Amino acid sequence: MAEKQPTPKEMLDRIDYQPPHVDWMETPLDIRKGMYCYAANPKSVATLGLPNARPWNPLDADWKLPENWQQIIHEGFKERLERFRSVKVFMDICVRCGACADKCHYFIGTGDPKNMPVLRAELLRSVYRNDFTRLGKLLGKANGARPLTLDVLKEWWYYLFQCSECRRCSLFCPYGIDTAEITIFGRELLNLVGLNIDWIATPVSNCYMNGNHLGIQPHAFKDMLDFFVDDIEEKTGVKVAPKYMKKGADILFITPSGDVFADPGTYTAMGYMMLFHYLEEKYGLDVTWSTYASEGGNFGFFTSHETMKRLNAKMYAEAKRLGVKWILGGECGHMWRVINQYMDTMNGPADFLDVPVNPITGTRFESARSTKMVHITEFTADLIRNGKLDLDPARNDHLKVTYHDSCNPSRGMGLFEEPRYVINNVCKHFYEMPANTIREQTFCCGSGAGLNAGENMELRLSGGLPRANAVKHVHEKYGVNMLACVCAIDRAALPTLMDYWVPEVQVTGVHELVANALNLPGQAERTTNLRGEDLEELKAQAEGETDEG
Amino acid sequence: MAEALISLIQKKRATIVSKWFDSTVQAYPHDTAVFLKSQKDQFANPVGSSTRQGIETLMDQLVGEMAPDAIKAGLDPIMRIRAVQSLSPARATTFIFALKQILRELFRKELQEADMARQFFDLEARIDRFALDGFDIYMGCRERVLDLKANEMRNRTFRAFKRAGLVAEGTDNEPKE
Amino acid sequence: MNRKYVTAFVAVFVLFLVAWAGVSIGLQWLFGVVIPYLAVLLFAVGFVRRVMGWSRSAVPFAIPTTGGQAKSLPWIAYSRLDNPSSKWEVVGRMAFEILTFRSLFRNTRTKMQAGSLFYQLEIFLWVGALAFHYAFLTVLLRHTRFFTEPVLWPIQILENIDSFFRVEILYPGIQFGLPAVYLSGLVLLAAVVYLALRRVLIPSVRYISIASDWFPLLLIFGIAFSGVLMRYVTKVDINAAKQLTMGLVTFRPTVPDGIGAVFYIHLFLVCVLLAYFPHSKLMHLAGVFLSPTRNLRADTRAYRHINPWNHPVHLHTYQEYEDEFREKMVEAGLPVDKPLDASAEANADKE
Repeated sequence: MAEKQPTPKEMLDRIDYQPPHVDWMETPLDIRKGMYCYAANPKSVATLGLPNARPWNPLDADWKLPENWQQIIHEGFKERLERFRSVKVFMDICVRCGACADKCHYFIGTGDPKNMPVLRAELLRSVYRNDFTRLGKLLGKANGARPLTLDVLKEWWYYLFQCSECRRCSLFCPYGIDTAEITIFGRELLNLVGLNIDWIATPVSNCYMNGNHLGIQPHAFKDMLDFFVDDIEEKTGVKVAPKYMKKGADILFITPSGDVFADPGTYTAMGYMMLFHYLEEKYGLDVTWSTYASEGGNFGFFTSHETMKRLNAKMYAEAKRLGVKWILGGECGHMWRVINQYMDTMNGPADFLDVPVNPITGTRFESARSTKMVHITEFTADLIRNGKLDLDPARNDHLKVTYHDSCNPSRGMGLFEEPRYVINNVCKHFYEMPANTIREQTFCCGSGAGLNAGENMELRLSGGLPRANAVKHVHEKYGVNMLACVCAIDRAALPTLMDYWVPEVQVTGVHELVANALNLPGQAERTTNLRGEDLEELKAQAEGETDEG
Repeated sequence: MAEALISLIQKKRATIVSKWFDSTVQAYPHDTAVFLKSQKDQFANPVGSSTRQGIETLMDQLVGEMAPDAIKAGLDPIMRIRAVQSLSPARATTFIFALKQILRELFRKELQEADMARQFFDLEARIDRFALDGFDIYMGCRERVLDLKANEMRNRTFRAFKRAGLVAEGTDNEPKE
Repeated sequence: MNRKYVTAFVAVFVLFLVAWAGVSIGLQWLFGVVIPYLAVLLFAVGFVRRVMGWSRSAVPFAIPTTGGQAKSLPWIAYSRLDNPSSKWEVVGRMAFEILTFRSLFRNTRTKMQAGSLFYQLEIFLWVGALAFHYAFLTVLLRHTRFFTEPVLWPIQILENIDSFFRVEILYPGIQFGLPAVYLSGLVLLAAVVYLALRRVLIPSVRYISIASDWFPLLLIFGIAFSGVLMRYVTKVDINAAKQLTMGLVTFRPTVPDGIGAVFYIHLFLVCVLLAYFPHSKLMHLAGVFLSPTRNLRADTRAYRHINPWNHPVHLHTYQEYEDEFREKMVEAGLPVDKPLDASAEANADKE
């Protein structure tokens, strides 16, 4: 080592030392444990009749692809360029200005530069240039083109399953280039050669055959709801009576099955049941559930447009069979993007249904007049606005609530005010997270688009960091202890995320909050919330914390 | 106490913190490191801002009381992030040792005095303390991640099923992870 | 050195040499007439083909990115520009997008909250992009004076505004400011330099840049630079130049003597840009109008969007579902369409 003190220049050089700068195309793919999901179960792939069902392992060199996989992808690519103007335009017009580069929660959280949205798209764009543009063919790499090799395909698979199709980048793109669209398209191509993940393929197959992602058979579905009936009776003294596949009911209610089978979504499901019971007792509203259409979510959306259509078709089919007037949808994220932007186009027109009218308030949901499906927070907000609910928000007084906007209802629908209106009417203490982390700029939970498996926990926890970080901020600043959301994947994923980053904060659906505040006719004294926690104790605890603070 | 050295460090604190931060983000690819350094918004760049905050806290303790809780508070956010970013334990903790190098180079002249050198040994022991705590926290976080991996399904679905009486009492069968 | 921009730089330099050499050996007709006609033809055909190609592709779903509250309940104010529910609101959204780069500004606004010096510089992405595009447009419009006789009055007004700042240096030898300095040309040059510097200085942008990002930038720099050079330094014979350009548009091409080589270089680089345009990312000029996340109404639950290729798919019908689970459903007290006995009889009949 040199004896003399280094000059400022030398020191600066040392600081600036970085690993050698390598072009992204030259960076070899490193499939890391914890960042990817297991390969699809061949049984599920076969059930759906999707191509190349076989066991395979992403860590093996041989992915057991069909012999002519390059041709299949090339032709699939070509066909889809004709089918989707979005993809064709997005392949051509990106100027790589970098506005999207740091908008992706996976980039922010994992620090992997290939998670920059522009680069995720370039993975496909480079092959597009090579296969479909004259200049790309002519100039090759100099024009950013490269042939589709096995390594490139693997890279597609690895990074297209590290995108939760949240569309945050598309908000900032001057041309509206939507990485979700690129990912949807890319995953569709991958499915053509049998490259899917099990966390998507198996729920899709379950949903197709059994009506819901978890593969719960009709009697078990009813068993769960029956259990909720007992649970609600225990906590409120009121016996609710959900109806199943009742022909001629006013409304068919469809919600993601996750809420029927996993905590804390179960409390939200109880919330729906209490709300419907209240409306039936007070106003005679007739709402029915279905076990055939018992899934609001649609993992087919993460597979291909065709698969999405197959799963979604059950909603209208069941509504038609039962002869209801219109459909009410529960709290779910991607479900609402599918309903809002795809369902009517794919499986409509729903001319056998009425334009949704809330018979209690007389409100005509004009904005849903063609699709004929209303979001439960729109419905509840309308009820509250018209003074139709008997609410006692004091039962939520121990809560300091913040609200996580789910990606799809935000950037694929624009549902911002309704849930906030509802929360503000059932809770006294509500605090917003910082402006660049909510509403249209909301951060993903890190587990969307079928990525909420267990084996990719590191990806989920790092991708969810920007969200958790904002929650942590309001937790430290205002003492927030409850994170509300309107998405079943959120309710499944956020508790884990909070557990790791901000363990003091719990997760709830909006209608759990509603139900805790809702006074049911003929109820016993409500001493606990739906979770069975003693309200007095919670209140004392909360006051204690406030005093300390 | 290494008072003379500590007052030297305090004088150059800003320089040390900035160098230490720079060497800390070198665990990431080039472009990411620059992003972590440059984006100052704590919500747009939680990794960078947590790291910076953690380093400030550790600096306080290095020249201060070495309070165990405060050291943990400084290290935790950094190690918690690194434990889910597939950085190896060595790569995740190496930044702590980098502080020794930074100080040694910065005070090369001063450390030639025997007394100062002795004080530096003292300080190195403190940095070693950070490193040991860092390993502990990293391992704790890794274990937490594995717990979450193993138990997520049980905590949500299995529990709900059990409440519903759909799972036979006393069964040890847990859902397949 | 970065191979990507070296490649692009070499390419532009070679083009420069080609034009210079060509004119020196007397290929004025080629460079003044043949290549311009060819370039315009390539541009027009390429542009139309590309846009037609896009238009031929279907828009199966209405997928606007919603950046604000949707129109839902009447008492909730909705975001007309970010979640447009009528044709006119879409026009508004597109107009703001195209004329003011609104999405890019959203980016800037986020960065400004961050408040660091580095990203305060980044707000110039929006400023720089605006400056670049508007300066380019002004320069383009000004150049119509070479193709019209008499010059249209709006163009004259534009020129007057553009040359509002008169910098006149009247030393013998240096006659800067005569003719009037056009601000647009200088702004264009400055903006190009800025956009190029960004690609070098901001690491993430450097990382994602490819040669085809550099080539048009350097080409436009070459064009603007040769233009500025012609106007203020190595003066070319403007009247002769206009004679040539008027000849081109009236299809009576002539090549007057004595137009400086710089003119031909300028013209050749423009021709290359024209021919290259339809095959490059510069097509964002047209593509932004066709972007389905921006140009569609967001009232997708109120009006049904039609998918021209709505392929039929296999469904698992309720009947199939009930057939599989009928017994269990009946046992659980769930209603069924066909009672157990009846379906058993039906099955027996089949057999």
